Amino acid sequence: MNTNILQIKDPILSIHDLSVAYDKNVAVKNVSVGIKKNNVTAIMGPSGCGKSTLLRALNRMHELYENITTSGSVLLNDEDIFKMSPIKLRRKTGMVFQRPNPFPTMSIYDNVIAGYKLNGISQTKQERDEIVERSLRDVALWDEVKDSLTKKGTFLSGGQQQRLCIARALAFNPEIILLDEPTSALDPVATSKIEDLLIKLKENYTIIMVTHNMSQAARISDYSLFMYLGELVEYGKTKNMFTNPQDRRTEEYLTGKFG
Amino acid sequence: MKSVSGIDNVGIRTKKDRIFLGLVVLLSVVTVSPIILIIFKLIAKGYKQLSFGFLVEKMPDTMQAMTAVANNELIPGGIANAILGTLLMVVLASVIAIPVGIITGVYLYENQGKWMANLTRNVSDILQGVPSIVLGLISYMWVVKHVTMGFSALAGSVSLAIMMLPMIVRSTEETLKMIPQTLKEAGLALGIPYWRVLFGILIPTGFSGLMTGILLAVSRVIGETAPLMLTALGSSVINTNISKPTSAIPLVIWEFYNDPNMVDLIWSSSLLLMIIVLVFNLTAKQIASRRK
Ligand SMILES: Nc1ncnc2c1ncn2[C@@H]1O[C@H](COP(=O)(O)OP(=O)(O)OP(=O)(O)O)[C@@H](O)[C@H]1O
Ligand SMILES: [Mg+2]
Repeated sequence: MNTNILQIKDPILSIHDLSVAYDKNVAVKNVSVGIKKNNVTAIMGPSGCGKSTLLRALNRMHELYENITTSGSVLLNDEDIFKMSPIKLRRKTGMVFQRPNPFPTMSIYDNVIAGYKLNGISQTKQERDEIVERSLRDVALWDEVKDSLTKKGTFLSGGQQQRLCIARALAFNPEIILLDEPTSALDPVATSKIEDLLIKLKENYTIIMVTHNMSQAARISDYSLFMYLGELVEYGKTKNMFTNPQDRRTEEYLTGKFG
Repeated sequence: MKSVSGIDNVGIRTKKDRIFLGLVVLLSVVTVSPIILIIFKLIAKGYKQLSFGFLVEKMPDTMQAMTAVANNELIPGGIANAILGTLLMVVLASVIAIPVGIITGVYLYENQGKWMANLTRNVSDILQGVPSIVLGLISYMWVVKHVTMGFSALAGSVSLAIMMLPMIVRSTEETLKMIPQTLKEAGLALGIPYWRVLFGILIPTGFSGLMTGILLAVSRVIGETAPLMLTALGSSVINTNISKPTSAIPLVIWEFYNDPNMVDLIWSSSLLLMIIVLVFNLTAKQIASRRK
């Protein structure tokens, strides 16, 4: 057992021996880790170390591609995610992508409610309005767009689009939000808005975020994973990891020796 | 030495450039002149006949035409039977080809690199190269012989649908390939089942691409004559029964050509056909360019 990996009591998500391979190329190797509820957990590491691959295993995105094989287990509230229906799992885990990707043919309103509408869930207009307003308020976008809800989501600025995508992921009230470098395509002002937002959102949600940006991880995350060549090298409280890294590779990465 | 000869060459080079430019202009004129000449000719010879009545009245019979020609009058009547026939058969062909083509295109898009998909794509490409008269023959053997027991609009539609199919398959696959993968992933990540992601997100996003492919396919088959001769046959009356012989604009052009009394009508009919095809083509172009 790797002593550089913190053990979490009562994790909301508990990953055991997770490996993911693209054809024969193993990109995530035997990762075991517990994620703490209502916290922000950052996944760090140099490019190509398997951060996105790990994140995308958590809502079974890899199943879309036949060349990807996953092994190990992941428990969400003690329930094996690989035994749930993927639809149920994905409603419990929202995902936000690197580039904002609102559905281009849909209005702002429809983007937020898309998960319900396209699932054919019948609702009254009032229920829909409430979900849209709550989700947009959650991402601090309501005041900016409340008079243009029927406009296309793609008319918004990049930062607003990304917040819209977060709102879309929040609409189903997921337990966990997975974000893959959500601010890497945004300017510093938009980035800091999203960061503030994530800190606020952890009151109600558990957040797992891939980031390339160490200062961002230091600013907003409570726990950090450091990955290297597909392995989980170190996991602990962000504060501890940044002040006193245990593994030599973590230290070299944090001091800018590589990555 | 070198630089001096370089300066000397400039004059020769500009001359060469001029000749080349002239050649390019000449060749472009050669390329576009047939279409311009055709349109001129059609307008010049066809505009007189092209009236409202031409669009809503059915074909005259030979006697009426002969009398009119003898008296140096405009031939009475129109080609409403052919216009309606074309409309009927193209709509029916679209109803068959669009869903089948889109579903096949989706299948190809989702199964890139698999042998079954590659085979389907190749067969579809070959189908695109099959002479249309052969497709007419196939429809003759399937539909005329066994389904409608005689020449029929349905048989015509089937032959046109087979022609449209490969174009729609291709444009569907190409359109879907151009949609960012993350849109599909975002949809599925919301727990939306695949088919709803397809119809609720991907197809609306690629709508203009699909529409362009469909319009081009329609404009391609609307002028087809050969397969219809073997299937729809033609009819001098207005027919809306899909199991009965039916006229079409290219079919009446052929009939007029073979009837010395009616030969004047080929110009107006061709002009109309040309206008319809151009409208479809330009609309498709317009939609395609707006997408960018
Ligand atoms: N679709 C794919 N097919 C094949 N190999 C892939 C694919 N995606 C990623 N890989 C490989 O898996 C490994 C991990 O990739 P991954 O995208 O998870 O890295 P990452 O840590 O997210 O990198 P980055 O910081 O650049 O986003 C890399 O070696 C990469 O080449
Ligand atoms: Mg990545």
